[in-house]
Amino acid sequence: MAVRGVSFYVRAGETFGLVGESGSGKTTTDMAILRLIRPPARVEGGEIILGDTDLQRCSEEELRSLRWNRISLIPQGAMNSLNPVMRVKDQIGDAILTHEGRLPGKVLRERIIDLLHTVGLSPDVYNLYPHELSGGMKQRVCIAMAIALRPQLIIADEPTSALDVVVQRLVAETLKDVQKRLNAGLILIGHDMGLQAQMADRIGVMYKGQFVEVGPVRAIFKNPVHPYTRLLISSIPSIKQKHQPPPAAAWEEIQQAGPQDEPGMQEVEPEHFVALSESIALGSAG
Amino acid sequence: MASSTVVSVVPTQSVRWRFRAFFRDWKLVTGVAILLGLLLFGLVGPLVVSEEGTRLGAGEYSAPPSARHPLGTDSTGRDVLAMMVYGTRPTLRVGFLAGGIGILVGVILGLISGYYRGPVDTIIRSAADITLTIPALAVLVVLASFLRTTTVELMAVIVALFAWPWPTRTIRAQTLTLRESGFVSMSRLSGRNDLEILFLEILPNLLPFIMASFVSAVSGAILASVGLQLLGLGPILTPTLGLILQYAFEYAAIVRGMWWWWGPPTVFLMLLFIGLFLISMAMDEIANPRLKGAAE
Amino acid sequence: MESLPDTPLLEMRSVSKIYGGGFLQKAGKVALKDFSLTLPMNKPRIVALAGESGSGKTTAARLALGLLEPTSGQILYKGVDLHRISRREALVFRREVQAIFQDPYEVYNPVYKVDHVFNVLVSRFRLAPDRAAARPLIADALRVVGLDADEVLGKYPHQLSGGQRQRIMVARAFLLKPRLIVADEPVSMVDASLRAAILSIMLKLKEEFGISFLYITHDLSTAYQYSDEIYILNRGEVVESGDSQAVIDNPIHPYTQLLIRSIPIPDPDLKWEGKLEIELENVPE
Repeated sequence: MAVRGVSFYVRAGETFGLVGESGSGKTTTDMAILRLIRPPARVEGGEIILGDTDLQRCSEEELRSLRWNRISLIPQGAMNSLNPVMRVKDQIGDAILTHEGRLPGKVLRERIIDLLHTVGLSPDVYNLYPHELSGGMKQRVCIAMAIALRPQLIIADEPTSALDVVVQRLVAETLKDVQKRLNAGLILIGHDMGLQAQMADRIGVMYKGQFVEVGPVRAIFKNPVHPYTRLLISSIPSIKQKHQPPPAAAWEEIQQAGPQDEPGMQEVEPEHFVALSESIALGSAG
Repeated sequence: MASSTVVSVVPTQSVRWRFRAFFRDWKLVTGVAILLGLLLFGLVGPLVVSEEGTRLGAGEYSAPPSARHPLGTDSTGRDVLAMMVYGTRPTLRVGFLAGGIGILVGVILGLISGYYRGPVDTIIRSAADITLTIPALAVLVVLASFLRTTTVELMAVIVALFAWPWPTRTIRAQTLTLRESGFVSMSRLSGRNDLEILFLEILPNLLPFIMASFVSAVSGAILASVGLQLLGLGPILTPTLGLILQYAFEYAAIVRGMWWWWGPPTVFLMLLFIGLFLISMAMDEIANPRLKGAAE
Repeated sequence: MESLPDTPLLEMRSVSKIYGGGFLQKAGKVALKDFSLTLPMNKPRIVALAGESGSGKTTAARLALGLLEPTSGQILYKGVDLHRISRREALVFRREVQAIFQDPYEVYNPVYKVDHVFNVLVSRFRLAPDRAAARPLIADALRVVGLDADEVLGKYPHQLSGGQRQRIMVARAFLLKPRLIVADEPVSMVDASLRAAILSIMLKLKEEFGISFLYITHDLSTAYQYSDEIYILNRGEVVESGDSQAVIDNPIHPYTQLLIRSIPIPDPDLKWEGKLEIELENVPE
């Protein structure tokens, strides 16, 4: 079972940070939202509601028009999946034309340059090929493509993980900018807790395919409840002061306690939910 | 806008994937089956059919198939079935020998070329590229007629002259990539010298490519040698299938309606080439997985 | 190797590495320029080489390991120039200087079990007369990194997790009881939960076994937490160096300041200030 009983919500204009290690199920979740799950996996049960539409009940046709229009995705490693033989203008243009049909050349051109400007790229980039761009620039092209149709929800999967730290901040700020302009919801998937602290309004922590804690960003960082979250927060290396990281044994203890059978969350503070079970709370081996 | 989900994603079980994968590649299975069948023919046949039949005057001249001679006799009274049975081994032997030499040379040159690079690489690479552009059959024809290839071994050596470039290129390309891997750096840090790295670290990773190249080399070699035999440039003393056909054409067997003479060897050779072709297509896909149709 | 008491363990003197270039070609690519570094002999330290991609830190690491030859400058191990090293001395160098690389998958030859990485060392450096005698040595090394020999030996790399593979690599480096371990981004491809564990192991190796580390990283936070000394590299040159805490708490060079300002602080109350203002380089290279 890759992901189970996953339940959360994202408001317009809000950034929801999905945090967890590799194999925790975060990418699976966002694929599920986009109804992109491929065999040998399938989505079982539950609802995915976007605005007033239940995505689970949509046909493939309706989904296709929904994707990019109302939800868009910046997948992991997006900057490496740019088509190397197409110019930037054509790739962005493609995304627009596929969904809106034919547009007069001039209109399209203006729109693309406008998009480039929104993500902080100069009009010179219009005619370039991906290999002529730096990593940060490529990623911003991907962001431009994702917002071309003014979606209501943007899902960004590790959008800055392959970038240098300075460029990372640039791209992160661009993403935040863009989100504000569109008043879109943003689901930010990533394991960099520092980035989440900077970008997210609310955070959901996933472990072994389930949410273990969901809450406002300050609550998660300052007042984590679930043992896994607490371990995660205490092992973040800080540049502000030297401190002792938790011993490796602590991680192993968490590993022993496997996922619960009955996913259920308790609200410990307003909007702060924690999945609790006897065994995890007592820290005993599963 | 609010989006909420309660979702579970379940992996559907699929147990017998690997087993099915082998049989899904019908090309490989069919090709191997054909080859094995023909090989069996050549190995078991001599135990069943007596060698007497391959001698001149063993039976009536130009006789159609009968109980005594299931595939009839040729214009000199030789039993066609016997000739085919005894001719299979030499035909295949030339191919395997030439392919083997080609692979051996190819692996060694490819490893050296890809690992050391520099001037050695340039020389080997140019030699391989040039050899590839030379019209092989034409040169082989000239060489064969010049050297009077009387034995299978000699013919194999000549054919091998053109069998080595492809393996060299393939192995070289793989070596170039592998020499940059982390485990090669690690080996250096562990004190391994170049030869150890080449043969103990890099070479084991090349086995699928070597296999694929070997099969391609063998197919090509058999093709080339049969071509030469058809032109009468093959070994004369040892009966090969190409030789049978060559005599058949010389004696205008087609015009004379002696289908049992030219037919069976043609069918046999066709099957052989189809089998080799299928295997080599499957091998190419192993060496270059992008050739496969959409993989799951 | 004989050496005077003041001889540093490792010394890199004005080392430069330039790729390409030469007769009839345009100027080559400068990977590292005028790089100097000294590691003292009997004072184990963790020295961080920090920078972004293209800064030259990986080049410096490979040079220190003797995997690359410098275009100019000298690299001296215990006072002996690596360029003029004798065979015997080279073997000593190999034994005393080991490495941990970034990618815990790529460093294993997929055709062999993981034991292979240990066995090669055992035979090359004659650590034991046979496999049976070697096993306890290997088990000891694995124990130091928190792994159980029975659980990981005899398996193929793909059967183990990334964290286990990386720890095995640390055990491998440790097996020879080296003087110096060059760790090139040892935790960047490892899960957050394992990072602290592996870095703690490095700290333990330094404190309990006296092994110095050259820690190559792009992550200033871990450099701050674990290293004693730091060199900040930008485009092949050192822009700032010194005591890790001092440099990071009070960066002087504008590039260092820029780097530190860009780090996302894991505290929602300490958000980035303002916007990063850099001339956007939209001109192609």
